[in-house]
This record gives sequence, C-alpha cells and structure tokens, in this order.
Amino acid sequence: MYTKEFLAQLYKKLYTIRVFESRCIQLYRQGLIRGYFHPYLGEEAIAVGACAAIERHDYITSTHRGHGHCIAKGAKVKFMVAELLGKKTGYCKGLGGSMHIADLAVGNLGANAIVGANLPLGVGAALASSMKKDGKVTVVFISDGASNNGVFSESMNLAAIWNLPLITIVENNQYAVSTPITQSTCEANLFKRGEALGITSQQIDGNDVLTVYETVKNFAEHCRRGEGPFLIEAITFRHGGHHVNDPGLYMPKEKLDYYMSIDPIKRGRQYLLEKGGASDNEVKEIEATVEKNMEEAIRFAQSSDELAFDDFLAIVEGY
Amino acid sequence: MAREILYREALNEALREEMRRDPTVFLMGEGIAERGGSYKVTVDLLKEFSPQRVIDTPIAEASFTGAGVGAAIAGMRPVVEILFIDFTMLILDQIINQAAKYKFMSGGKAPVPFVLRSQGGVGNGLAAQHSESLEALFYHIPGLKVVMPSTPYDAKGLLKSAIRCDEPVIFLEHKLLYMTKGDVPEAEYTINFGQADIKKRGKHATIIAWSNMVPRSLDAAAKLANEGIDVEVIDPRTLVPLDKATILASVRKTERVVIVQEAVRRGGVASDIASIIQAEAFDYLDAPIEIVAGLNSPVPFNLSLESRVVPREEDIINAVKKVMYI
Repeated sequence: MYTKEFLAQLYKKLYTIRVFESRCIQLYRQGLIRGYFHPYLGEEAIAVGACAAIERHDYITSTHRGHGHCIAKGAKVKFMVAELLGKKTGYCKGLGGSMHIADLAVGNLGANAIVGANLPLGVGAALASSMKKDGKVTVVFISDGASNNGVFSESMNLAAIWNLPLITIVENNQYAVSTPITQSTCEANLFKRGEALGITSQQIDGNDVLTVYETVKNFAEHCRRGEGPFLIEAITFRHGGHHVNDPGLYMPKEKLDYYMSIDPIKRGRQYLLEKGGASDNEVKEIEATVEKNMEEAIRFAQSSDELAFDDFLAIVEGY
Repeated sequence: MAREILYREALNEALREEMRRDPTVFLMGEGIAERGGSYKVTVDLLKEFSPQRVIDTPIAEASFTGAGVGAAIAGMRPVVEILFIDFTMLILDQIINQAAKYKFMSGGKAPVPFVLRSQGGVGNGLAAQHSESLEALFYHIPGLKVVMPSTPYDAKGLLKSAIRCDEPVIFLEHKLLYMTKGDVPEAEYTINFGQADIKKRGKHATIIAWSNMVPRSLDAAAKLANEGIDVEVIDPRTLVPLDKATILASVRKTERVVIVQEAVRRGGVASDIASIIQAEAFDYLDAPIEIVAGLNSPVPFNLSLESRVVPREEDIINAVKKVMYI
C-alpha cells in the first residue's frame, strides 16, 4: 500500500537527520559549533512521520531538540549547518543558532529554547488558521518534560474549547534532561492528560515512522474538517544524553539496548527494502546522496561569512 | 470636529475602527466580550463583531497571551488584554522570551504584530496585587515598544498606531484615567510612536511625566503659575521609542528638570531618562535633576497610606522649587 518512492522519501529524511546530527556532533567536538546542541538521535521517526503526513504550508512549532523537525519539515541542511556555525547564510543569519531555527517558507515557525513555550505559540497559529479558515493544520512537537509545565494544560484546554486544528505530539523520550518521567509524574501515560481535557489522545510507538505517519495523517484530516484538536504521545528514547556534553550515564544500558534494537532508522530501511521492494543498492544510493549533500553543506557553511556588526546593528535598530 | 469623550471611550473607538479596517485584528482577554471588560474598554464590540474576534478566555494568561503571539506570527493582529498589569507576571515568558525576541532570533525576518493592553497604577484601595506601575520591566527589554497615554486623544491615536505596528507593543493604560475626559476629533487620526507632546509650554523648569502623572503635574504647574513659576510639562507618550529630541530641547531651554513617575523609585524609567539628560545636556543643567517617584514599597491597601506611596501634587511642586533653588 506504500509506494517505493514514498518509503524512499521517508528513509531519506530519516537518514538525513541521522547524518546531520552525527556529523554536526563531530563539528561540535572540533570546536566549530559552539553553544548548546541537543541531538535528535533516536527520535527521528516522530518528526519524519509527522511532517510527511501534513502539507508544506501547514505549521509546526518545535523544541530545543529541533534539528529533526526542521529537516523533516523541509529545511535545506546547508542553511542549517550555516546557522549552527553562526554564519550569515544560516536560516537566522547566525542570530538564532541551534535552538532557534525558524524556516517560515515551509511553515516551520521555529524551535524554542523555553521548554513548553512553543505550545501556546502553536495554539495561536492554529487559532489564526481557524479564524482565517485557511485549512492549515498546526503540529506542535513537545517533550514529556514540557507536559509538566503549566502552559501544557492551559494550552491544551484552549485548543479544546476553541476546536483548533492542532495536533500536539508529546515526544516521550522518558527523560526531562536527566530526571526520569516516573519521578516527575504519578501517571506516566501522558496521553491521559489529553483525555482529561476532552481531547482525543493516543499513545503510539514513536520509533515507528509508519505508525507516526498514519496517526498524524488521520488526525490531520479530522482537523481539516474542524474536528481538532488531538494529542499524540509518541514513546521513544534518546540515543545519548540531554546534550552533546552530557554522557547520559543515568540512562540504563539495557533500556538503551532495547531502543537501539528498535532504532527508527533501521526500521525505516527495513520498510523500504521489504514493503517498498527496494534493492540494497538503491538504499545505498540514497545514503550516498545524503552523505554527499551533507559534506557540501558543511563546505558551504564553512566558506560563508559571518554577519557584519553593522548589519547586526541595522536589525536591532529601535530596540 | 472634536467632541469630548472619556479615555475608555477613546480606546473603544480605536479598537472598533481598527477592527472594521482590518479583518485580521481581533481581541482576547478575560471578560472582554459580553461583559465589555472590567473598565468597559471593549464594551459593545461583541454587538458588532463575531465572538471569534472578541474572545473571552479562560483564566490562563500565559497560554492565551502565547496564543496571541503565535497568531501574530501566523499573520493576525491580536490585541490581548491583561486585566491588571500585576497579572502580566504570569505572561513574562511569552512576552519577553517569545514576542520580543522572535523577529530577532529569526534573523530579523518575521514580524510580530502583537499588542498587549493592560492597566496599572494605584486606584482607590486595590492593594498590592492590583496597583503596580511596572513599565520599567518592559522598558528594559529590547524588542518591545512601550506606550503610556495620558489623555483620550493620545490613547486613541496611539492605540491605532500600536495595532498597525509590526512589532510587539506593550500598551499601558491607567485605571484612574479611564473616566477622564478630553477632546477627540471625529475624523480618523493616528499618533506616531516616538513623538512626545508638550502638554504645557513654560520657561522656568521642565517636568517630564507620563500616564496619570501628567494630569497631576499639570495641576502642580497651575499652582506654580500662581506663584509666577512657569513650568513646561512634557509627556513622552511612548517610553520606547523615547523622543529624546523634544526632551533635550526643553532641557536646553529651561535648564532645570523634574521627572515624575508613579512607579517605585529604584530602577525606574525616570532614572534612565535622567542619565540620558546628564549625558547629552550636562552643560545646560543649572541644578541636579530631581526625580519624584513612588516609594520603594508595595502599594498599601489603607487609603491614607496609599496616597503617600505615589507622588502627590505637593511633592511635584516642592521638586520644582528645589531645582529652582526657591
């Protein structure tokens, strides 16, 4: 029922995020990328499945762990690497960095470094769509950590009473920085919080790109008919610590081993081979294209200039 | 033709006219629709516009403010009302981290045409959590405009400009001004940000005041005139952007300055204006700048005490005499 082309597209995005994060971590270790860097490794299926299920003009809002959402929504990696390197050719001219990439041309309203804050912004985008009747859906990616923030309940409640075309995806990677979810709530099945507010909510395997895709596709159709909002709790696990410099020693090895065994990239490749009937060579070709594109992106970013101080001053004039 | 209307009626007219002009303008707040707002600023707007454009929200300030910011990013022009400025403490992340920084963080690309309306200042015994003057908090933050009208004319013209502005605007009203009257033209007009208004011309000293301290300063000026002291009263009207040129021209003329703010003395806008004057017109000053401000205290409930924590007319008069060495 899925075409080879579609599965290849999904795999290409999954693999792009994997390569982007892995290569950028290397750049970080070399001192080329500074500041905070929160890798999306291990969670790729959520962004890719969700963004494949909505249209280019639909909105997303994203988190501090946002590179994956950005790529999945259609960003060009060369402008992302340039942003991470603080160059003027980056999406935000080097003013935003890893935690603030916005790509308005494809409906990405931006990552956010305040945990939970992108949810009310997403409610606002969905409210705008409902007022303008533009048929757009907003997908908000938040984390299990954000679900314990006050704006989570407030915003979900607003979305519910206003029937907004909003799909909130709680990426439950089971840790808020280093605090396990079982320690921060007495009800770790977070989808139940949506139900408590009268919102249709579902818990899914966040490491399975097709499950994410199908769930979001279904909910998005309902949203476009005025039957929103929805909440999805996607269960997943980080492949490492909170950020590049956090070894994640608090994460039990057996749990990590389990989630490695259901790695979203591996499963995406399997889908392409088995359901899509692609050959090993075709898969390798996709991977080679992604890797080559990434190296070109790094060269582009490295050879780009920084924003001149005068151009910076022009942006903040009147501030 | 001008007619005399109330400050709150002027605000209501501004909202109504902008909503008629631009279908992307909408209002959100607590009890603003059917009830028309605590101070009747949005009264009867629901009769003309749909409930989708005059939205009563749950008591969820952080999130409906954030929703306003998100809607602005997505192409609407929301005007969000927070009942009392004291309650803006619940929305600071959405204002300071989101609205104020969004355009900047996106590389200067994305406009955020968002207006926050709120009101501050002492009323009559509203106590510590309904009486603050917090303009300095917002004044401190790069990326926000701060507007504080003192008359119905200014309130209307500035609110219309705020709604048309592509950057986030903090529009601060004063609860004691809602029932004050003033001339407002029938014909449409707007007032540009960054243009101070000389509320009274004079030559002996300059008083700089905003919001409810403007009428109080004008009352003080009238009393001083009886004693032959002719003061100039300048209302910046917008604190960000600040009309430095008008202020400095007046300072160079009178050579004596009193700055009056209702907010507490410490870390206030008055101190910042004083620092600008001393840096840019030091040689003109004939006396140290006097600041008349609120006490560094929460506002007490007791009315006698309340009247003592904010500048009184006599405090302003004494300050003017002090800079004139009288």
